[in-house]
Amino acid sequence: MSDALLSVRDLSVEFRTRSGIVPALRGVSFEVAPGEMLGIVGESGSGKSVTAYSVLGLLEASARVTGGQAIFGGRDVLRLGQAALNELRGAEMSIVFQNPRTALNPIRPVGAQIADVIARHDPAPPAVIRERVLEALRQMRIAEPERRASAYPFELSGGMCQRIGIAMALACAPRLLIADEPTTGLDVTTQAAVMDLFRDAVRARGVGSILITHDLALASQYCDRIVVMQTGKVVEDAPVSEIFARPRHPYTQRLLRSTPSSVDRIEDLVPEEEPVAPAPPRAPTSGPPVLEVRGLRKSYALSRPGLFWWRRNTERLQAVGGVGLAIQPGEAVGLVGESGCGKSTLSRMICRLIQPDEGEVLLDGEPIHRIAPGRFARMPQRRQIQMVFQDPTESLNPRFSVFDAIADPVKQLMPREGTALLRQRVERAAAQVGLPLALLPRYPHQLSGGQKARVGIARAMAVEPRLLVLDEPTSALDVSVQAVVLKLLTRLRRQEGVAQLFVSHDLNVVRLLCDRILVMHKGQVVESGPAEQVFNNPAHDYTRSLLAAIPRLPMPQEAGTL
Amino acid sequence: MREKLSLLRYVLAGNPVTLLALVMLAVLLGCAVLGPSLVPYDPIATNTSVALQAPSAAHWFGTDQLGRDVFSRVVVAARLDLSIAFAAVLLSMAIGSVLGAAMGYFRGWLDTAASRATDVLMAFPLFVLAMAMVAALGNSVSSVVYATAVINLPFYIRLARAETSIRRDMGYIEAARVGGSGHARILRVFLLPNILPSLVVQASVNLGWAVLNTAGLSFIGLGVRAPTPEWGIMVAEGAQFIVSGRWWIAAFPGAALMLAVFCFNLLGDGLRDIVDPRSRT
Repeated sequence: MSDALLSVRDLSVEFRTRSGIVPALRGVSFEVAPGEMLGIVGESGSGKSVTAYSVLGLLEASARVTGGQAIFGGRDVLRLGQAALNELRGAEMSIVFQNPRTALNPIRPVGAQIADVIARHDPAPPAVIRERVLEALRQMRIAEPERRASAYPFELSGGMCQRIGIAMALACAPRLLIADEPTTGLDVTTQAAVMDLFRDAVRARGVGSILITHDLALASQYCDRIVVMQTGKVVEDAPVSEIFARPRHPYTQRLLRSTPSSVDRIEDLVPEEEPVAPAPPRAPTSGPPVLEVRGLRKSYALSRPGLFWWRRNTERLQAVGGVGLAIQPGEAVGLVGESGCGKSTLSRMICRLIQPDEGEVLLDGEPIHRIAPGRFARMPQRRQIQMVFQDPTESLNPRFSVFDAIADPVKQLMPREGTALLRQRVERAAAQVGLPLALLPRYPHQLSGGQKARVGIARAMAVEPRLLVLDEPTSALDVSVQAVVLKLLTRLRRQEGVAQLFVSHDLNVVRLLCDRILVMHKGQVVESGPAEQVFNNPAHDYTRSLLAAIPRLPMPQEAGTL
Repeated sequence: MREKLSLLRYVLAGNPVTLLALVMLAVLLGCAVLGPSLVPYDPIATNTSVALQAPSAAHWFGTDQLGRDVFSRVVVAARLDLSIAFAAVLLSMAIGSVLGAAMGYFRGWLDTAASRATDVLMAFPLFVLAMAMVAALGNSVSSVVYATAVINLPFYIRLARAETSIRRDMGYIEAARVGGSGHARILRVFLLPNILPSLVVQASVNLGWAVLNTAGLSFIGLGVRAPTPEWGIMVAEGAQFIVSGRWWIAAFPGAALMLAVFCFNLLGDGLRDIVDPRSRT
């Protein structure tokens, strides 16, 4: 086909690493038509970003293109020298990077950065360039473009920075635009706004574009055609309507079935091999809640207090403003909100990692909020509340083996038990989370993301807590690993009866896992109720906007039950 | 362990300069440990009949004004110079890393006060400060060790503080607190071992400075005294003979000093590459 804007044929790329040559791409082929939006979907390590970078000639030094071609405008861009690529990049094809903050120069006003791109490819008098910069900003619907052009990246929100990034990429009217996970770090509502702008801008100019994402639902909403990649190969290439109605490749099917929004019950998520105990018949518990929180408040000083008393700034940011909640034994409660809503501060106050300004925390009816966090670490009650952290890699000490990591809290919180009992406990916790015993002597860097997540959960479960606080435990994981972890958490609750407070930005995940949902916004709980009710009949406007912003998979016929 | 070795091999293969530094370090340590039993002449015994002889087969580096063999003295001096440098660096690393880590972890008044004190210490010309300290503490080897340790202290404090500040809010520190560890245990078990690699890199570069500082002090007559073989003293003694063309008395100890500093600096760069996670791809 000669009418394609970009035609990639048999592209192969390999990386030179310590453990030898590692192939990253193995014969990748696809085409982008003018004005088409192509989605490249895959999990981490599938080679989707490498594909984009090789087309743009941005591969790092250890990577080498070993074969294939990428025809763009009649030329094979893989064979072009850096000088020719410099003419091409920015003018003919450009890229929007994943993290808008690191992609912008922090010490230069954003308008000047866009002007640099225009001046490089299309020299003109400063007044003309300035007008084009403002025009580019206006197209991204940035209010007050004159003022925003002279702002520095740190003065703008993440969503605004990404709009600037898209404006910059489109400034010289390229014919091909590649977006590499452009909304991964953004909140759902911001993501929806940025993606709408991106699609409108691309459509209005008839630009061919590639959206690289791990999120099938997002790709399904914005793209015309989807390429699914797995371990450096294209496994499926089909129009959106077809790929969701009739996924042909088993990997695509598996990917679809591990996306939380595609199923109604946790049991339906793949993988099927992770057994989920049936939900025990639950009598409405009338006993005291395992945890109760009343009128909890926390605010932070906006600027550091000065060295001298008269410079002390009294301006404060209210992170949590009077929140109350109760969790019954064995119950799963979801705490949902966007970044900055105070959900992390709240969960850390419940875990006694930070001290609230006001309010009460009752564990089994006993107040624990007056005990200083440092002293609470050595109290017997410490065991009862355990926490699983957001980033499985960051939450494991790189110098502890898996055994040490799981054993450490047991040693500290149950010091009177002997070594034999310790070993037993660690092995039991590992078995609970499905971690093979052979992995116990390994170190975190020798584990996969999913295994690290299991270690984090085993560490919390080893001391037999009554409440598990989970702070976005799956947000750093691929969807298929996330599905496994979600099933694991459900099984732990049903078998061990541990209550769970699940903190997340993802309503879809929370809906599958939790009995009750609390929605937080600006430090307040704006809505709470049974999961189904909050999800299907939201009462608060904010909950409704949150639900509307979530990308959804186009449902095949049988999914009308949602 | 095998993985560490393979990493070492990988880094050294792309970095032959580090291999060179390791060989030089082995030679220096060999001289320091075995030197006195290897050298052909007694480094202190004088023999005026062979004074001021140029390098020859019998005396490789020539002889000085008292007829002592310069080669023997250069080799034997390695032990004293390296011991002072190692002791000083270990002392400042031990104190600086604990203090710096505590500052970065607790923040608050301790951090404010100690940071300002460090700034004051850094504001002095460091060599002049060392001179003043040796003069005040008395002219001995131990005061050279203390003076060198004090002037290197701020570097470790700042590095340990910065490295701890990065890690204090990481998940595994919070997990340790949820797991029942108090502040002292978090510092000892979780933070210090993790900041150690960057401190060791700093220490390696610092060893070079410490050797130079020791030699510098004895060059101007502080600390180690003649007739002890020491590179700084030998350079000082030989300096007066350079004008009369007897260059070897000052040149060989000077070259030894230069090689030692060079070796530690190269080693520091190499260690930084090994510790730097970006080199582990």
